[in-house]
Amino acid sequence: MAGYFEKIFSGLSTTMVGMKITLEHLFKKKVTLQYPEKWHPIHSGHMPANSRNRIDVDMEECDGCNACSRACPVGCIDIEIVKVAKSEKDVPNIKSTGKPRKTWVTKYDIDFALCCFCSLCTDACPTEAIQMTTEFEYSTFHREDLIYHFSPLSAEEVEEKKALLAKEKAEAAKAKAEAEAKAKAEEAANAKEDTDSKENSN
Amino acid sequence: MAERKTIEYDFGRVDTERMRLNVGPQHPSTHGVLRLEVELEGELVTDVIPHIGYLHRCMEKASEAMTYPQVIPFIDRMDYISSMNNEWPYVMGMEKMLDIEVSERIELIRIIMAELNRIGNHQIAIATFGLDAGAFTPFLFLFRDREMILDVFEAASGGRLLYNYMWIGGLQRDVPPTFKEDCLRIVKTVRETNDEVERLLLGNRIFIDRTANVGILPADVAINFAASGPVLRGSGVPFDLRRSEPYSLYDRFDFDIPVGRGEVGTVGDSFDRNIVRFREMEESCKIIEQAVAMLPDASEDVRALVPKRIKPPKGEIYCKAENPKGELGFYIISDGTANPTRVKARGTSFVNLALLPEISKGYLIADLILILGSIDIVLGEVDR
Amino acid sequence: MEQNFVYELLGQEWYGIAIVSILPLLFVLGYALIAILLELKVASWVQDRLGPMRTGWWGVLQPIAEVLKLLQKEDITPDAVNKPLFNLAPFIMFVAAYAAYAVLPFSSVFVPAGIDLGLFFIFAVGALAIIGIVMGGWASNNKYSILGAMRAASQMVSYEIPAAIVLLAIASLAGSLNMQEIIAQQGGGIHNWFIFGGEGSILGKALITPVMIVMFILYFVAALAETNRTPFDIPEGESEIVAGYHTEYSGMKFAMFFFAEYSNMFIVSALTAILFFGGWQSPFGDFLNQTWMHPVWMVSKAMFFVFVQIWLRWTLPRFRVDQLMDIGWKTMVPIAFIGFFAIALWAMVR
Repeated sequence: MAGYFEKIFSGLSTTMVGMKITLEHLFKKKVTLQYPEKWHPIHSGHMPANSRNRIDVDMEECDGCNACSRACPVGCIDIEIVKVAKSEKDVPNIKSTGKPRKTWVTKYDIDFALCCFCSLCTDACPTEAIQMTTEFEYSTFHREDLIYHFSPLSAEEVEEKKALLAKEKAEAAKAKAEAEAKAKAEEAANAKEDTDSKENSN
Repeated sequence: MAERKTIEYDFGRVDTERMRLNVGPQHPSTHGVLRLEVELEGELVTDVIPHIGYLHRCMEKASEAMTYPQVIPFIDRMDYISSMNNEWPYVMGMEKMLDIEVSERIELIRIIMAELNRIGNHQIAIATFGLDAGAFTPFLFLFRDREMILDVFEAASGGRLLYNYMWIGGLQRDVPPTFKEDCLRIVKTVRETNDEVERLLLGNRIFIDRTANVGILPADVAINFAASGPVLRGSGVPFDLRRSEPYSLYDRFDFDIPVGRGEVGTVGDSFDRNIVRFREMEESCKIIEQAVAMLPDASEDVRALVPKRIKPPKGEIYCKAENPKGELGFYIISDGTANPTRVKARGTSFVNLALLPEISKGYLIADLILILGSIDIVLGEVDR
Repeated sequence: MEQNFVYELLGQEWYGIAIVSILPLLFVLGYALIAILLELKVASWVQDRLGPMRTGWWGVLQPIAEVLKLLQKEDITPDAVNKPLFNLAPFIMFVAAYAAYAVLPFSSVFVPAGIDLGLFFIFAVGALAIIGIVMGGWASNNKYSILGAMRAASQMVSYEIPAAIVLLAIASLAGSLNMQEIIAQQGGGIHNWFIFGGEGSILGKALITPVMIVMFILYFVAALAETNRTPFDIPEGESEIVAGYHTEYSGMKFAMFFFAEYSNMFIVSALTAILFFGGWQSPFGDFLNQTWMHPVWMVSKAMFFVFVQIWLRWTLPRFRVDQLMDIGWKTMVPIAFIGFFAIALWAMVR
């Protein structure tokens, strides 16, 4: 019987305790922040400096070494390169190393629908070209829009570079072939000369 | 088998038919995408069959195509509520394999991070358990505090949920300068809120009546099912890897292992499993306070020992650590190349979930939900 | 006591009757919007949140947005349901909830139907809601729905008994089932409210007040159970059986169930105010007790209890079915009987 009344009493009293707590909270300061207008005070208008959000690539630094693509666990980075043709003038240097660029990065696509924001790519990059930024508001209506194209070269430019390289290659091949033919002819001539001289000497 | 409480109903001569009910995968309180096939006699649960695999992401198989550091983001996504704790056993195992000894400061930072994450995990566990019982307000109080912990993680690692913070041989980045104050502030707030939650939820008569004597898990059954973590400790077995097989620097800390004592019901009931989690938060606070006091101020290069190319020698290792949910272990086989031959995870939630059919028969369907909540599973780890 | 200012103005013609029957509807519609906003705001403030903030100033237009959302939603009638019953159930719920307003006295000069059996009528009509719930749950052809309906039926039937005993006690104290009569007896100031035993000697009041408080708590708890509010929301306990009897409902039909729940909340709160807190009587005797102040007192008293219901909802966890029955039959019914005898004794000796 004592247990019966004890149970009723504890039921009511703990309910009262709970109601007191919730009533206190009813008038307490609220923690919600109206997000687009207000930010968390520790963030003061932006995400913390080293928060890992959308990736940005400095294409002046990138020489397409593919280290980031290899480090990526989900394979969201797609890189294609074209060698710089010898005849090309005004090839920019890689900013940090100061060495002239050896390759054109014709394609540097990151699919942010795949990216897992692990920052392994930024660690792998030898020139610090690829970096995580604090930008996180980049929703789109189409999944294709999440594929970011970082390569500074337009399709025509890429074609141009490719054509130039192909031309150079063809020229080189032609030159090589010519040289070879010449060498062959020379050889043949030499051989003939040799026989001639031999004959002569004979 | 120990004695278990069953509710006996006498149906007399009424013909009754058992009903098969699908709980999940889109049910509000299956903690993810678990599907339970429940056989009901009225509201009485006569059989439970958990169906898993709705969140299977091939973590183990995908790891075989990855290099060793690339596996860490995948491990983060197993038990996404306690990612820091997930990374640790893997990183620890790899360090043993590669013979790397990290500095004391890094170990201390790892301990603080793991304990903070343990608090965060238990906050969610208690919050969702309360939600299963129908109490919504404590849920948001606990989530509010968890944000503070996530802020610290974000300032340190850059991520709020998936950190990729512990690297093989070090850390991703050093902690920010305000780290110590932040940790102590969190400890203070967690204690304040815990006091409130204890009065609002855990001390509430309705909550006690709902959870006491529900889902009783006897110690021998728990051991036979290889349960670990608060589920095992709730049954009164003081087994905690931090104490029984101390790894890292845990042997230097002074903390207790809370176990279920059956204060309001029987040892090993849902209330005990929950109160063990609640008390562990206080123990984690103690560890954090001690670790912050030990932590040297001078910063160091936390990546100094991170190898450029990780090619462990041929061999295999099993490394385990105390996850908030229990023992989490990684069995790593290396064939001497840069890719692991096998990364097998011993998922705590998976093992603990196996207990559900064992302990939920003979209770009502409302109890089944509570028992599931008291086991505290994360489907990301069950399915991997 | 049969006063009705509309009839006095217009005569009891068809247009007078139409206006009388529409006035409570207008009130209920307006009240439902305020109650939804109150629920949203109390819930969020208790939880340290701000709640809806974007629709209007501090989100005051949120209930209107919710209603518009429900209105434009597709009205789905699933294929395998029993269509007539499925479509009928929400209307029965609504009718049951609305019919009770017929006898609810808002003022000394306005009660839509001032019948002598007011208390009895409210009780009888309130029980009709069970039929709606069981009908909806069964017709939905969903296992969760039938579980919820069964729970609701057993819960509402069991909790009507303690509530009925409390009503009986008050009726014996007032000597009438007419609500205007009950309220009229509580006039003259706060000390004459039935929570303090009504009119009588000071000593007798001091003795009977604890009993009345117990009866008040009993009635309020039973009312919570009858309206399926937390901690007795097991028929729709969303963590267990998804949404209980209205799992399959959507759009306006769901809104009907929702509306009936809020409307029931007001009825039980108003009844609490009438039975224990003097209904439309001012707490200060004749001060501020003019006719036009009566609805203000009535509604503010009732709204306070609506607030308490919401407050409780965001504080307490949910009971389990067997515990609910335990409390109903083993705790509340015996205590209600003891209280009934004590009050009957008081009614005789005072």
